[in-house]
Amino acid sequence: MWLEGEYPVNPQGVCGCALPNPRKWFALGFPFRNYLSNMSATLKNHPSASEEFAQAPINRSLEPADKVRLLRDMLRIRCFEERSLKAYSVGRIGGFLHLYIGQESVAVSAASLMGPNDHMITAYRDHGHALSVGMSMNECMAELYGKVTGCSKGKGGSMHYFAPDKNFWGGHGIVGGQTPLGLGIAFAMKYQGKIGSCMCFLGDGAVNQGPFHESLNIAALWDIPVIYVIENNGYSMGTSQDRSSAYPEFLAKRAEGYNMAWDAFNGWDVYELRAGLHKAIERAHKESKPTIVEIATYRYRGHSVADANHKVYRTKEEIEQYENEFDPISRWKHTLINEGVITEEDYSQLNREALEEAEASAQFAERSEWPPESDIKADVYHEVDHQTESGLTGKHFFND
Amino acid sequence: MSRQIDYRTAIREALAEEIERDPNVFLIGEEVAQYNGAYKVTQGLWAKYGDKRVIDAPISEAGFIGMGVGASMLGLRPVMELMFWSFAYVAFDQMINNAATVRYMSGGLLNCPIVVRGPANGGTNVGATHSHTPENLFANMPGLKVVCPATAYDAKGLMKTAIRDNDPVYVMENTKLYGELWDVPEGEYTIPLGVADVKRTGSDLTLVAHGRAVITCLKAAELLEAEHDIRAEVVDLRSIRPLDEATILESVRKTHRVVVVEENKPFCGVGAQIASMIQEKAFDDLDAPVVRVSAIDAPAIYSPRLEEVQLPRPIDVVNKALSIC
Repeated sequence: MWLEGEYPVNPQGVCGCALPNPRKWFALGFPFRNYLSNMSATLKNHPSASEEFAQAPINRSLEPADKVRLLRDMLRIRCFEERSLKAYSVGRIGGFLHLYIGQESVAVSAASLMGPNDHMITAYRDHGHALSVGMSMNECMAELYGKVTGCSKGKGGSMHYFAPDKNFWGGHGIVGGQTPLGLGIAFAMKYQGKIGSCMCFLGDGAVNQGPFHESLNIAALWDIPVIYVIENNGYSMGTSQDRSSAYPEFLAKRAEGYNMAWDAFNGWDVYELRAGLHKAIERAHKESKPTIVEIATYRYRGHSVADANHKVYRTKEEIEQYENEFDPISRWKHTLINEGVITEEDYSQLNREALEEAEASAQFAERSEWPPESDIKADVYHEVDHQTESGLTGKHFFND
Repeated sequence: MSRQIDYRTAIREALAEEIERDPNVFLIGEEVAQYNGAYKVTQGLWAKYGDKRVIDAPISEAGFIGMGVGASMLGLRPVMELMFWSFAYVAFDQMINNAATVRYMSGGLLNCPIVVRGPANGGTNVGATHSHTPENLFANMPGLKVVCPATAYDAKGLMKTAIRDNDPVYVMENTKLYGELWDVPEGEYTIPLGVADVKRTGSDLTLVAHGRAVITCLKAAELLEAEHDIRAEVVDLRSIRPLDEATILESVRKTHRVVVVEENKPFCGVGAQIASMIQEKAFDDLDAPVVRVSAIDAPAIYSPRLEEVQLPRPIDVVNKALSIC
């Protein structure tokens, strides 16, 4: 809905007109009103919520070492991305760089729940998911640099990390385009008679894409054990949730139209995330039923590094408030210190190790070779790559 | 032992044989199961193989084809029916951004052994939105394979190969061919992709075609021989990508004259690719310019009288041939 009376009508009409001053659009502060204040209400009204979630069986079973690993993985993601930003700013990385900073708890918590037949797929903001499932910083950083040692040999870049051996299926560039793929991965589990699931991540901007709705219908119709995890960071690029989606209280509530289960919870608390996602995974495993889960989270950086306007379409105060009050790493750190699992010194040590690992990965990427030109036409056709009979008949490439 | 079956039965046999051969093969599409197929290609398969192997999809091409792409990444071999290839356009992102490129973007960690099949043709008076022939669009995408069988024999052999192939293969059939009877041997056989077939030998002229245009060319060749004493060779591409350039060039070097015929539109069509290739690789063998016959360059018209004219007829091929002979 355009904001009546506030939206500056351009007298020249719609074509070729200059953009209205964006500050006028966003001066109202409504994203925060409708988004974070709603989503954080639970937490503020129930300060003991985290403790309640901590008592969930899936969290009670966590050993101290598991808890530390969750912290370490979040720190590793943040340090990796901050290092990648540095590399990007000096021109070592091309194209897009969609940073996950602020959202680390979501991927780390989700990955910590995956069993042998549980899978993960996401969109282009994929660094956190990749590191969470165990991909190395070296292969991920080298991929950003476009080097042959990258996880995709430099063929995919930032948006296209894959690790099928770790049940991680990418890394996809088109908003919502991964949602039918996630459905298919979960379908494959069901078809093969395996008790498993696929967590398919998407942003709040993807919920209006047609294929997502087609996938929801099929998931519910055929009882596919897929879990659509909406990482709601409040903005589909520069457009706030209220300016892009028509929804009842929560985006996930659209599930009701498909007779599907849904849930919504805060993304800054690891215990809450694990407890909430575990319920959805249990539903997939025990009932072969899909779920939509909506997680309130926040990205500190722009949509991508190239998004220079991210401090225009949202206020500095909003960003600072999130960083100060809801930072998932700070919160988990304090939880673990309060529980006596770690000390401040332990935290500093973990942070130092993550920084060193990230720096080493950048050095590794710097040192690595570019892919050879012959690589351009490799990995296009499986049959050609493997020199099978099928790969040898007929012409597959047409430059000469 | 040979017998005659129609094109649709040949495809059905291929599907049935591959379902029986490999537990990873299953069919999904609109009306493929309980309705027995909009064009009866899958008739009887649901009754025989059940809900798991033959699945009715909602009208939701992006959803179910994308689902098939995802499932194929894990090693399943879905065969997805498009009721019309024209409907591929609502699944374009899944069929191109996902199926064609995911192997590449993963540096070869993945592959998508999916088949998408269905009719892609005009000539049935169903208007422009149901008459698309998108073989050139999809063949333009590295990572995809495109197959256009003209006969029942080819349809069966190519379909079986497509299902066993480890890359995405898009098979474009033709509703006007479904009822045509051809000799098809009993028992197992496959036809490799990327191997053209000389459907008729000749010495004076080469007609290069794919899909139903091959049938048009065979009729034109008969007319050319009977009425003009011109012996035309008909090269059926069978697969557009991979493409059998060698067989085309071999024929051109023999006949020195070429007409490329297709039911697709002319601009950036398959014929344009073939013509370019011939002039580059067999220039000195040509005694005349390479010429093309294609659909008249407008959206498919409804009017039955005019749609017949819009698509290449034998007489159009004859006239074009005479212009260079």
